[in-house]
Amino acid sequence: MSTGDQQHARRHPVAALIIAAGLAALAGVMLWDSARLADMGGYSGVGPASVPRVVAFCILGLSIWTVIEGFRGDFRHPEHQRVSPVLWVIGGLAAQLLLLHPAGFSIATGFLFAMVARAFGKRNLAMTLPIGIALSFVVWVIFSQLLMLHLPAGPLERLFFPGG
Amino acid sequence: MGAFDFLLQGLATASEPMMLLYALIGVTLGTAVGVLPGIGPALTVALLLPVTYRLDPAGSLIMFAGIYYGGMYGGSTTSILLNTPGESASIITALEGNKMARKGRGGPALATAAIGSFVAGLIATLMLAFLAPWIVKVALVFGPREYFALMVLAFVTVSAAFGDSALRGLTSLFIGLALACIGIDQLSGQARLAFGVPELLDGIEVTTMAVAMFAVGEVLYVAGKSGQEDDKVEAVKGSVWMNRQDWARSWKPWLRGTAIGFPIGAMPAGGAEIGTFLSYATEKKLSKHPEEFGEGAIEGVAGPEAANNASAAGTLVPLLTLGLPTTATAAIMLAGFQQFGLQPGPLLFATNPTLVWGLIASLLIANAMLLVLNLPLIGLWVKLLTIPRPWLYAGILLFATLGTIGANPSTFELGMLLAFGVVGYVMRLYGYPIAPLVVGLILGPMAEQQLRRALSISQGDWFTLVQSPVAAVLLLIALLALVVPLIMRARGKGQVLSQLAADED
Repeated sequence: MSTGDQQHARRHPVAALIIAAGLAALAGVMLWDSARLADMGGYSGVGPASVPRVVAFCILGLSIWTVIEGFRGDFRHPEHQRVSPVLWVIGGLAAQLLLLHPAGFSIATGFLFAMVARAFGKRNLAMTLPIGIALSFVVWVIFSQLLMLHLPAGPLERLFFPGG
Repeated sequence: MGAFDFLLQGLATASEPMMLLYALIGVTLGTAVGVLPGIGPALTVALLLPVTYRLDPAGSLIMFAGIYYGGMYGGSTTSILLNTPGESASIITALEGNKMARKGRGGPALATAAIGSFVAGLIATLMLAFLAPWIVKVALVFGPREYFALMVLAFVTVSAAFGDSALRGLTSLFIGLALACIGIDQLSGQARLAFGVPELLDGIEVTTMAVAMFAVGEVLYVAGKSGQEDDKVEAVKGSVWMNRQDWARSWKPWLRGTAIGFPIGAMPAGGAEIGTFLSYATEKKLSKHPEEFGEGAIEGVAGPEAANNASAAGTLVPLLTLGLPTTATAAIMLAGFQQFGLQPGPLLFATNPTLVWGLIASLLIANAMLLVLNLPLIGLWVKLLTIPRPWLYAGILLFATLGTIGANPSTFELGMLLAFGVVGYVMRLYGYPIAPLVVGLILGPMAEQQLRRALSISQGDWFTLVQSPVAAVLLLIALLALVVPLIMRARGKGQVLSQLAADED
């Protein structure tokens, strides 16, 4: 693992710089937003823009602190991560998001289920996808029909519950 | 009426059949999520928030408290049999407990954990009941500036005082505070950081944030690590009962663990972990068999498990009496109160005593239920550990997204879930704690309101914040809690603090 450690060692400041840049961007957005608020301080002298401004300046400070820590090499390097399972999980969530309204809860969540199972090693989507859809449908029936939760219905749900 | 009468009344409320059912559901779910790796009580309560929206408030809150207590019990089972703590407060239990299980003494280890949790839960809940009215009396004279000071103290202790990096804790806290600013300002009605997106006007849903951070972030992190060797579940061999020597070696650690855990939970210090570490160190020092530590000493299971449950009860003291959450689970439970239009704090004891005392009394009942659920039925819980990982994590995300969709079936909400899930993943990669973010998101708006109220009363004079002795002392403690650990770390004494690291739940 010595080569891996060296790679990590070189990556530290980069990771710290990226995080610091993200924090600075967040602070920038907050300052920009608070600048357009009418500051009606009233009696207190503290209006709606004050707290976001203070928080933004603290985040700027933390961003600078992150850069310093990054260059001091204090930044903890992440454990080794495999990229493809992470992408499968993200893909599954994205698929659910895109399918939820056109295809309904069961089909969308079935895709999520199968793709997450794929990330953890169940590679046969032809098996996991039907299982996922069936399971999601059972969940949909329990939660939308019995517990009255609002879950989007699609063709599959309307097939069994035309009214729902 | 004294605390005792209130408690008896509460017991009457809590032993209504419906309430008993809610408590039973709560402790069963809690034990299950405590046993399962990857989900903790904070996430479970967050998932149940939309489901309980239409249910009875008292029953729902009793269920949430049952989940909290159950999670603390269930975590020990995973630590002992799998060596992978199911939730962060059980890390220490894994040290000695798993060694005992490997030696075929898993039964007594589970028994001392369960009975120790029961003893600690019982004593700590009674302490909660007798302490609460006193704190309520004190808190009634608190004004906005005292509350603001208390919240600042909670912010500091949750984010910066413990853990291995003040920078990471504070960064996590301030991201939470930044997200808390999103939405319509409560005092002036102006939209902040909404960028014309109507979904953002209500602010960021606590449920969405908790599910993203605890479920999506965690699953992404575990997925990235997957492919490494699987942990082996130790079978429970022999009797689950403890022999005479086990009892003799267990009862003192139980009591000491309770005495250590409760005050730590009750102070706004955050995290049940700290108490377990202190209890472990104490037992190691006092034990007559120090050579057994690291090889499976029963004291090392009994003490920390008792401390862990006692601090769970302790956490409810600031939550119920002051409305101040000091752990992620308590923060989500606060969101649960708010969902029913209830604000925990001194006034709730006056306006809704049946609910508060019913809740406290139900903890006693839940505790007894947990003992029954955990000892004779242990085989059932062990089976949960054998669920294959792909099904487990796919199922976790199924229910996690169900909670979010149930609260608000919009694509935008799911997009936020995904985005914050990735944020939670990156935070885990680089060792950022999650709890400060959640506490910041929930307490941020309350702290801002109290601050602006205090300044309105004083007509903009900032010195008002330190002119009340209570507020001044609280702010001073907060300052010390921020500065002293920084100096300790700079002098290379950071190991002590990183051992006390407070983690997610």
